[in-house]
Amino acid sequence: MSAGSQLTSASALYEQRQKRLIDAIELREPDRLPTILFSHFWVARYCGMTCREAMYDYEGLAAATRKAVVDLEPDAFHPVHALVAFGPTMEVLDYKQLEWPGHKGLSDNVPFQYLDAQYMAADEYEEYLLDPTGFMLHKYMPRIAGALEPLSQLPMYPGVLHTRIIQSMEAYARPEVRRALETLIRAGEEIQKMRAVQGRMVEELKDLGFPLAAHGTSHAPFDVAADYLRGSKGAMLDLFRNKDKLLSLMDRLTILIPRAGIAAVKAMGGNMIFIPLHWGLDGFMSPKQFTTFFWPQFQKVLLTLIEAGIYPHVLWEGDCTTRLEVIKDVPPGKCVYFFERTNMFKAKEALRGTVCIRGNVPASMLIAGTPNDVREYCKKLFDVVGDGGGFILDAGVGVPDEANPDNVLAMYQFAKECMY
Amino acid sequence: MDDKGKQLVQQIADMQEEDSVKLAREMLDSGYDPVKLLGHCREAMEIVGKRYEEGEYFLPELMLAGEMLKAIGDMAKPLIKQDTSGDKTVGTVIIGTVQGDLHDIGKNIVTFMLEINGFKVIDLGIDVPIANFVDSIKEHKPRVVGLSGFLTLAFDAMKETVGAIKEAGLRDNVKIMIGGGQVDETIRNYTGADAFGLNAMEAVSLCKQWIPA
Repeated sequence: MSAGSQLTSASALYEQRQKRLIDAIELREPDRLPTILFSHFWVARYCGMTCREAMYDYEGLAAATRKAVVDLEPDAFHPVHALVAFGPTMEVLDYKQLEWPGHKGLSDNVPFQYLDAQYMAADEYEEYLLDPTGFMLHKYMPRIAGALEPLSQLPMYPGVLHTRIIQSMEAYARPEVRRALETLIRAGEEIQKMRAVQGRMVEELKDLGFPLAAHGTSHAPFDVAADYLRGSKGAMLDLFRNKDKLLSLMDRLTILIPRAGIAAVKAMGGNMIFIPLHWGLDGFMSPKQFTTFFWPQFQKVLLTLIEAGIYPHVLWEGDCTTRLEVIKDVPPGKCVYFFERTNMFKAKEALRGTVCIRGNVPASMLIAGTPNDVREYCKKLFDVVGDGGGFILDAGVGVPDEANPDNVLAMYQFAKECMY
Repeated sequence: MDDKGKQLVQQIADMQEEDSVKLAREMLDSGYDPVKLLGHCREAMEIVGKRYEEGEYFLPELMLAGEMLKAIGDMAKPLIKQDTSGDKTVGTVIIGTVQGDLHDIGKNIVTFMLEINGFKVIDLGIDVPIANFVDSIKEHKPRVVGLSGFLTLAFDAMKETVGAIKEAGLRDNVKIMIGGGQVDETIRNYTGADAFGLNAMEAVSLCKQWIPA
């Protein structure tokens, strides 16, 4: 075969895979069951790298991703660098919201973990509401990264104008601010280095016929309030103690979150956004709390993204079976709901004709089961959830780091046998 | 129960934080027996636990109940003269998030629910080295050990912890339950634990089954 026809067949494969995915999302029957490869550290471990190496070795991670994608042949893949490869940048920043392998107490083969804490105090709601950007710059950034502490000294621009703006330049020349700005540049250069490697890898995989499954990441307003601002305890208590302020903050976030998400996706020239959810599941909030503090705000985020021509892939962590009747209220054929432990058969019943379902081969099975277990589980999913299209096969929350490669191969191989 | 006591139980159970703390303060200021007052708190917690089990309350209510209990306890405890440390508990449970995993929301909720159901809980914290579980079992002689973990890395850490408990000759002395994140029957079997639970109620009912009152 000539190089030219290889190229043609790769680009034909690319088109075919993209069509397969879009057919599923838009609730048509594709030619066969589509799959997506989403994992944090599995691809690295599959190729013998530790979690730490995956976070630091951009080229190594690119090679691992290439090998995993070529071996598994998914219809789309998540760019792994954007999910994990920020070890060097975090060191430059003295970043504090994550613990990562080889840093402080964690060993080299443990994934990074978010540190649940209060990053905005209960009495800072007013300040955030008045000026979210000012709060992020003067208070939040200094709290989450040691190297950014001097940003607290930057001028408060909404009140600094005309010739005072000129004079405000003094702040930038202070030794500690200068150091912080230099750190920002070094951190930015590190991210550019990482993205350059990722970009090359994405192009190479595109040339082999594999599209991306995500061009950006977004959030639910409550998750931002609970995970990144108030901490889990603070957010739960705010449902009682600061209900109105929490609702006002989320009103702001329903505008600010999609704005950032749309910009990220457009910058990548894509149309898919990944939205992992943390607080929406059954058991965390009551149905009434869910329909007051979680769903209405998140629904607005989804609608704004959809209006901008973006397909949200929403990862509903945990079991969300009791939420199905509420969350089905989205425009048909525009959203993917990626389920972890939600009852997939009930999900199909509730969401048929509205939302494309993605998931949910259990992590336990991929780690401790057999290829036969995996095939049987996938068959059941295809027969019931795949009926009439609108289904993408994936693991529960992506391929778990410790998954047995034989089981993972069995899952992706099986999908290729599922013809419509 | 006197009227004030009844009112306090109801306010706590109904999540009226400000009112309940204020009432407890007034009661203590007017000479109300602090031991009796803490008894009302326990009774209120039982109602909270029951409402959680029945699906009326969820995590935010448990969190707020814990805050009320702490605020009132902090006021009442310094006023108590006699030693109440010998209070009877149903039995001892050791709990911890296994090595490598730093998550604790689930573990804390299970601890809270076990405590309000009368169990003495020794909480070893997060990222607990295997040896700490073994040492703690030797020291406290619990009937139940709870291994918590949110990440999939916890599956191996749980398996190794169960193995070490066995190796130390302690396996027959304790029942082991696992919970959190993605555990299921496959992982129960993989780790060698006795049972798994998907929520705090299941942890409580396992302990009740294993440690009859």
